[in-house]
Formats: sequence, structure tokens, C-alpha cells
Amino acid sequence: MTDALADVFRREAGRCTATLIRVLGDIDLAEDAVAEAFATAAEQWPVRGIPPNPGGWITTTARNRALDRLRRESTRGERHLAAHRLHIDTMDPDHKPELDRLDDFVEVVGDDQLRLMFLCAHPALAPDAQVALILRLLARLATDEIARAFVVPEATMAQRIVRAKRKLHDNHASYRIPGAAELPDRLDTVLAAIYLIYTEGHTATAGPALTRTDLASEAIRIGRTLVELMPDEPEAVGLLALMLLTESRRGARTTADGALVRLSDQDRTRWDPALIEEGHQLVRACLKRNRPGPFQIQAAIAAVHADAPAEESTDWAQIVALYDQLYAMRPNPVVGLNRAVAVAEARGPEQGLAALADIDGRSLERYQPFHAARADLLARAGRHDEAMAAYGRAIELSTNPVEADFLSRRRSALEARR
Amino acid sequence: MPQYLMSVWHDAEYEIDFSTPDAQRQAAQVSAFNEELQQSGSWVFAAGLHPASSATVVRSAGGEVSMTDGPYAETKEQMGGFWIVEAADLDAALQLAGRAAAACERPVELRPVHG
Repeated sequence: MTDALADVFRREAGRCTATLIRVLGDIDLAEDAVAEAFATAAEQWPVRGIPPNPGGWITTTARNRALDRLRRESTRGERHLAAHRLHIDTMDPDHKPELDRLDDFVEVVGDDQLRLMFLCAHPALAPDAQVALILRLLARLATDEIARAFVVPEATMAQRIVRAKRKLHDNHASYRIPGAAELPDRLDTVLAAIYLIYTEGHTATAGPALTRTDLASEAIRIGRTLVELMPDEPEAVGLLALMLLTESRRGARTTADGALVRLSDQDRTRWDPALIEEGHQLVRACLKRNRPGPFQIQAAIAAVHADAPAEESTDWAQIVALYDQLYAMRPNPVVGLNRAVAVAEARGPEQGLAALADIDGRSLERYQPFHAARADLLARAGRHDEAMAAYGRAIELSTNPVEADFLSRRRSALEARR
Repeated sequence: MPQYLMSVWHDAEYEIDFSTPDAQRQAAQVSAFNEELQQSGSWVFAAGLHPASSATVVRSAGGEVSMTDGPYAETKEQMGGFWIVEAADLDAALQLAGRAAAACERPVELRPVHG
């Protein structure tokens, strides 16, 4: 029963919260109500069995609990309650709309989740606040779980979440889906926030393990929901494909004792064929729409890697062409770095180093992957002294112990060779 | 409808010379924007301020009032003017702030008014 309840929680809690926020117009009230409903479920379901529509049951119960509470607190006055409401287009504090029309709002549950995504990833919030809110409200992770995942004290994370909620409330942020004119910008923020959750799950910036599987799978789950809600947005599809294709390599990315394995050294038989297949289908589907964007191109690059049964058979020319396209779209140093690495594979390490030299190095001075890549290319070009220095810098800048250990082993191997 | 403060930020030691083409262009842009605000009903109030060096800070403690010369915060940037506007929600207010920043060609800080 505990497992079944946990399962319902995972599947339904974010959705129920999204709906309750719309109905109640208040984030905190909605969160409390959903928590109370799950507490009630934990008491009642073991005795009476799981209801046929668990999500509906939770939503109704949460709504009723919130109504009870509003009635209990009504001595504090309607005005007081209205002042606590998040601003909602359709919500006029003078009448009680929607509160008693459960059937109507259950039908638009999908829209509620989308509204919540746009609210959490509001561009007026800093990226770390967006991510924290998404994990808290959509993924329904507990504050201490989010704090652990980002390796900050729980109090810091709690404060970040409270501040973000308060900012949205005080600023009268609307709980709505952006109109067509502003949609592209707002969607970009949502996609970036989801990808930030994924990359944090993929390579934790701190903590002993290389990956935080729970964060990565939450990001994928949220990405899937977004694609269900916005199937006509190729970048949303592209993001999901990128995450799935990256995820397909998870089993091969580390050895049994947790050490990092580079893409070129990975045992490709350990890549997950089901994830690759799904990712491929999504890449094909979104590229067909001929509205390319950064996530679609990155997914296409991941798909080319996934196509190669062995490292030697990788179509590097194709990858360089895709990076050229990406670099034209997003001429930032990190894309330039990845492009240079692909150039090195396609045309040799000296060409790769030349491409690296073309990037504005100042912005990458404190970027560990830049020094790690440069060290590798220098070593392959036979420029050992420079390579040793670059490895040293990369190790200095590593915040993940598994990565630092990997680089130290590469440096020792290089030293032994001379 | 919610109200917002949109404040304009200058270097602390600005002195606007209204004879320069830059200042004239900005002034024209700002008055056009003000007119729009008034026509759309978003306008509440707006004002440009003299430089922060003209400010006086007044404190009251135990019935005693004291004064110090200069602005409260000795920062490199100071508020040089502001609007109070009404907007339906944060997104509408951000849109106004974006147009305000374009009109005065300076950063604009948006803050919700309490209540």
C-alpha cells in the first residue's frame, strides 16, 4: 500500500497541485491542501482500498480540505483571503468562482500543469529559483530532497523557494499560458529550466556520485508532460529527445566503482536501445517540421553518436556540420568548445586546437571542460608539456570528485608515457 | 488594479544637459511614452529627479530629528526618476517596463506597490 500510495503521489501530486493553485489562487494553500489529502489517503486507502480514480480523489479531497480551511478562517475576513490569492485573470475576489465546479476543472488538468510550468519558469525569476520551484511544485520533491540534489543547506533551499513564491505573489504574476506573441521567449525559459534540472542530474556539480538519477528522471518526466501538452513545439520535442538519448548512455558512463568513462571508451552494448529508439523517433519527427532550434540540433548530434555501433564508425563530418549550424544559432563559447572537439575528431587534433583558439578564451578561463578538452587535444598532438599544464588547470577547476579523479588518471598516464 | 513602481537608474553623478541630441531624443521618447500611458489608462504618476547629491536624509529618534547631506545609500548608481503605473499583472507591467527602458535608454527597476 505504501508503494501504491508513493506511486500515486509521483504521478498525480504535481497535477493536483497545479489544478488546486488555479482553483484556490494561492500556491501555499494549494500545497497544504494536497499534502493533507495525501495524509488522508494514507489513513483511508489501506482500509477502504484505492479509489478507481486516485488523482480525482486527491483533487476533490484537497479542494474540500481547502474549502474547510477557508471557512474556518473566514472570520479573518474575505479581504484577508483575497489578499493572499495569487492574481488570476478569471478570479474576481468578490465572488467564489469555480470552487464548487470540480467537474469543469478536472477536464483541463493538462492546461493547469502547463500554466504551472510557465509560472515556475517565469523569466523574472533567477534560473536557480525557477528550477527550485519546478521541482517543488511540479515534481513535488520535498525541500530537503531538492536541497540535497543541489548540495545546498536545506534552509537555503527553503528560503529560495519561499522568496520565489513571494515574488510571484507580490508581483501579481498571472497563472496563465502566455499568448502567441510572447510564447517563444517564455517557452525557451521553461525548456532551459527543465534542461538545467536534467544536467544537474546528469553531472552533479558536487556530492560524491557523478549522477543524480532522481533529478534526471524527474526532468525527463516533466519533459514528457510538456511534449504531451505542447506536441506542436519542435523544441520541446527536441529537448525530450536530447534527454532520452543522453540518458541512454547512463549505464556506460561510469564503471562499477563509479569512475567516469568517456564517450569514446564506453561499452556501447550497455547503451539502452529502447531509449535510443524513442529518441531517434522524436528527432526524426521534430526535424520534419523544419523549424530547427538548439535543442533539436543537440538531439540530432546525440542521435548521430547513438547510430555508431563503435566509436570509429562515428560520422564526425555530420557532427561537425550540426555543430556549425548550432554555433551559427548560438555563438557561445561552450558550443564553440564542443564544435572544436568534433573538428578534432573529423580533421585531427591540430585542427581542433585551431578551432579552440578561435573561441574567446577569456570567458572559458574558469570552465573546467575547456581545459580538459584542450589537455586531451594537446596530448594527442604530442605537445606534452602544454598538455600537463592544461590537465593541472582542469583538475583545479573540477568540482565533481569523479571527474577530478578521471583527469588525474589521464595526467598520470601521460606522464608515464614520456 | 495592481500598481508598480518603475524607477530609472543613473550614474550617481549625472547632470543632464538637455541641449545634447541624446538628451533631446530621450526626452522626446519619454514624453511619447508618457502620452501612451495616459491614453491607455496605465498612468498614475511620474517624475524626473534632480541628482542624488541634492538629497537630504532625515531621521527621527526619540522625538529628535537629525539630518545628513546627500543620498541615503552611497552607491555608484542612484534613482534618477520614476513612474507609478497600473497594470493587469506582472507580465503587463514587465512589458511597460521594457518600453520605459527603451524610451529613457537606461535600466528600469520594476517593483510592485504594496496593497
